[in-house]
Amino acid sequence: MTWKLFSLLLEASLMTILVSAVSILMGLVMAIVLSGLRMSGSRVADAGAGVFISFFRGVPLLVQLLLIFNLLPVIGITLPSLATAIIGLSLCTAAYQAENLRGGFEGVAPGLIESAEMAGFTRMQSFIYIRTPIALRMTFPALVNEAILILKASSLVSVVGLIELTKMAQNLSASTYRPLPIFAAAGVIYLAINLVVAAIGQRAENALPGLPGK
Amino acid sequence: MSFDFAVILAKLPQILSGLGVTILIWVGGTFAAVVLGFVVATLRRFGGRGIEVILRAPIEILRGTPFLVQIFLLYFGGPYIGLRLDPWLAGLLGISIYGAAYYAEIFRAGFQSVPVGHVEAAECAGLSRNQIITAILLPEMALLVLPPALNMSVILLKETALLSLITVPELTMTVQAIGSQQYAFVESLVILALVYWALVELANWLGRYAERNLSKLSA
Repeated sequence: MTWKLFSLLLEASLMTILVSAVSILMGLVMAIVLSGLRMSGSRVADAGAGVFISFFRGVPLLVQLLLIFNLLPVIGITLPSLATAIIGLSLCTAAYQAENLRGGFEGVAPGLIESAEMAGFTRMQSFIYIRTPIALRMTFPALVNEAILILKASSLVSVVGLIELTKMAQNLSASTYRPLPIFAAAGVIYLAINLVVAAIGQRAENALPGLPGK
Repeated sequence: MSFDFAVILAKLPQILSGLGVTILIWVGGTFAAVVLGFVVATLRRFGGRGIEVILRAPIEILRGTPFLVQIFLLYFGGPYIGLRLDPWLAGLLGISIYGAAYYAEIFRAGFQSVPVGHVEAAECAGLSRNQIITAILLPEMALLVLPPALNMSVILLKETALLSLITVPELTMTVQAIGSQQYAFVESLVILALVYWALVELANWLGRYAERNLSKLSA
């Protein structure tokens, strides 16, 4: 394992971090929308969100990515592999994050929602200003957990042609015939990134304000 | 643009054979992972401080790295240290070891949930260590451990799709191959997704059924 090879892996890990970070954030926004649909009181919206969540949690991410990668060009959408990778990962993590958020939304004290109503908040305002921030705060540890899962799952976007850490390791091991040290080094880099994310998450969890009524 | 699903469905016997491999590796791998995970958790609980520290590192490594990197390391790196495995054996081994790390953590949390007093009382009553594990710890933690354990088995089912990348002839690889032969990529992948979706929902349904019956039993 020369420094040259290792630095190539480190460089590729920036792509892993970029794809994961963007997907987590886009997934979070989608998850909030999905939660809103589930609680909107409309049966159709609730069922639609339910099917979306069930599908993306029920199909292996590899299959989702292959499907998106092959389907988009057929229906006339050609995107660079970076965009395809981010779309695939975001859709998948949105479903998982919506499921995580559900616990948070259920945990919002009914008194708070009633107070908002009394103060003249519409349902939408109460959702955006009261329920969502509290649900996000409550499920913050689950978000950190999901970030680590997505960092690991991002290794799969190599199948849509994006050169991130795992794809780079595959390429290097094919050209040097030394898969053992190269995949081991890739594993070490993943582990290091995840330990850093977990440590930051722990500090943020301690630094964030507490919850009302706790 | 038109989709023709018939060309894929004509290959039903092949699809079923792939499905069989997926289920075999899933069930076999999950079983091995549960057993291995339980052994590791028990060693950590009763093996003393040294073993606890030694076993923590591999668990953290397995849980902190992608499964894909692990199977690439095992399958492509293995031969360089004399570990030449058939794809399906590498896949089965990979699923078992990866799953064992997660099951070890699930069982560890289960052991911790049992009040220390119960174990001490059993010790005072003269129960052997094996008796304490089978008669006190296992029954007391069963209800708590079952949901995450079932959840993990569904995660393992989905992870088996990755074994197509080391040429295990499971469902994903089989259906993808049919798709390339018939030049029907999207159709094959839609069917593939639907089969996994049905399988995962079925597994979830069976899991909920098992949970309901177990909680009735303990009530």
